[in-house]
Amino acid sequence: MSTQPKITIATAWLDGCSGCHMSFLDLDERLIELVEQVDIVYSPLVDTKELPEQVDVGILEGSISSEDDLEKARLFRERCTLLVSLGDCAVTGNVPAMRNHFKLDAVLDRAYRENVTLQPQIPTRSVPALLTPVKPVHGEVKVDVFVPGCPPSADAIWAVLSELIAGRAPDPNAVTRFGA
Amino acid sequence: MPRPTPQPNVRVVTLRIDDRDLSAREDETLIEVCRENRIPIPSLCHLDGLSVWGGCRLCMVEIAGQGRLVAACSTRVAEGMTVQTDTERLRHYRRTIVELLFAERNHVCSVCVSNGHCELQSLAQRCGVDHVRLPYRQTPYPVDSSHEMFRLDHNRCILCTRCVRVCDEIEGAHTWDVMGRGSDCRVITDMARPWGESETCTSCGKCVQVCPTGALVKQGTSAGEMVKDQHFLPILARRRHAQ
Repeated sequence: MSTQPKITIATAWLDGCSGCHMSFLDLDERLIELVEQVDIVYSPLVDTKELPEQVDVGILEGSISSEDDLEKARLFRERCTLLVSLGDCAVTGNVPAMRNHFKLDAVLDRAYRENVTLQPQIPTRSVPALLTPVKPVHGEVKVDVFVPGCPPSADAIWAVLSELIAGRAPDPNAVTRFGA
Repeated sequence: MPRPTPQPNVRVVTLRIDDRDLSAREDETLIEVCRENRIPIPSLCHLDGLSVWGGCRLCMVEIAGQGRLVAACSTRVAEGMTVQTDTERLRHYRRTIVELLFAERNHVCSVCVSNGHCELQSLAQRCGVDHVRLPYRQTPYPVDSSHEMFRLDHNRCILCTRCVRVCDEIEGAHTWDVMGRGSDCRVITDMARPWGESETCTSCGKCVQVCPTGALVKQGTSAGEMVKDQHFLPILARRRHAQ
C-alpha cells in the first residue's frame, strides 16, 4: 500500500436510471485495483450520508430535473476540485430531457393519473419539485470532464478514471460517444 | 452543381494538401482528391454518387492566399493550390457546426433506431464533441409514420437533402423536396402530403439508405437496429452516367 494520501471520489445519482453506476460496478476485479488508489467518500454505493467538505473528484450521473438534483449539483461543484458528467443524461439531458417537449402538468398526469388504477394522485409530500426544462449538468454548473455514453462502458469509465488518477486530462471521445 | 461528366482529355494538376504533394484530374473536387488519398474530411451532405449540395459546411478547408474558407465538396482542384484540411480554426468551426445540429432538433442517440450506425453520431465523436455547449432548443418536430414500410422523424433530420437528391437523380421519382426556412425548414413528400399518401413514391427505400441519421428509417426497427446499406449508389450512379 502506498503511503500517499488517496484520491477522494464522490458520486451522485441525479435524474438517471442508475445504469452509469451499474456500469461503474462492471469494472469488476478492477474495483479492487481502484480502491487501492482512491477512497470513495460519498456515493449511492457507500453508506456515507453527507458529502465531505472537500473532495478531489466528483462524478454525477443523471440530468438536472428537480430541485434536489440542482442542489446536489451545486454542492458537488462547490466541494469537488474536478467535476465529471458521467453518461448521456448528465452530458446531454438524454431520456429525462425528452419530457421537455411536454408541459409538466401533462407529464405528471400521464405518470400519476392516466396510467394508475389505484389512488391516482400527484405526489407532493417528501418529493422535490420538478424543474422545467430538464438540463444537462453543465446547463447549471461548470463541468470539467464529459463522459458520454448510455451508459459509458466499464472500459470507458476505467480509461477516464485511470487518466484522472494519473493526473492527466482524459480524452473520453477516444473511448466513448453519445448513445454508446 | 451537376455531377461533372468525365471528359476524354482532362489535364492533370498538382496541388498540395496538408503538406503532401498530390496530383489530380482537373475536373475533380477537393473532397474527391482527399478521399482518394485517405485524407479524412468530415461531411454530412456529400455522398459519392449524388450531385453536390454544399450545405452542411463540415468539409470546409483553408486555401492559401484566400481569407475565406471553401467547401471541399464544391471546390475544383487547381494547379498549385495549397490546401489545409485540419487546422485549429477548421476544427473549431466543425465542432461548432456539429453542436448546432445537436442543439437544433432532438438527437437522443440512446433511443434512436440508428444508434451505432449514424453518421452524425460518429462525426460528433470524431470532431471532439463530448458535450453541446449551447442550450438545446427543445422544440418537438412531427413524425410521419404513414408509409407502410418507412418512417420519417423530423426530429432527427439535419436537412442534408441526400433523400431529395437520390430520389430525383437516381430513382427519378422526385418525391422529396424541401419546404420552409430556418428552424421551420423540413423535407416533404409530394406537396407536403403524408408520405403514405404519396403518388410519386415508388417505395424503393433509397432515401432511407442514404439518410445519414435516424430521420428516415424502416418501420419496425427498434433502438440500434437500423443499419444502412449504400452499396447500390455508386453502382447506379456509374451506370446512369455511362448511358
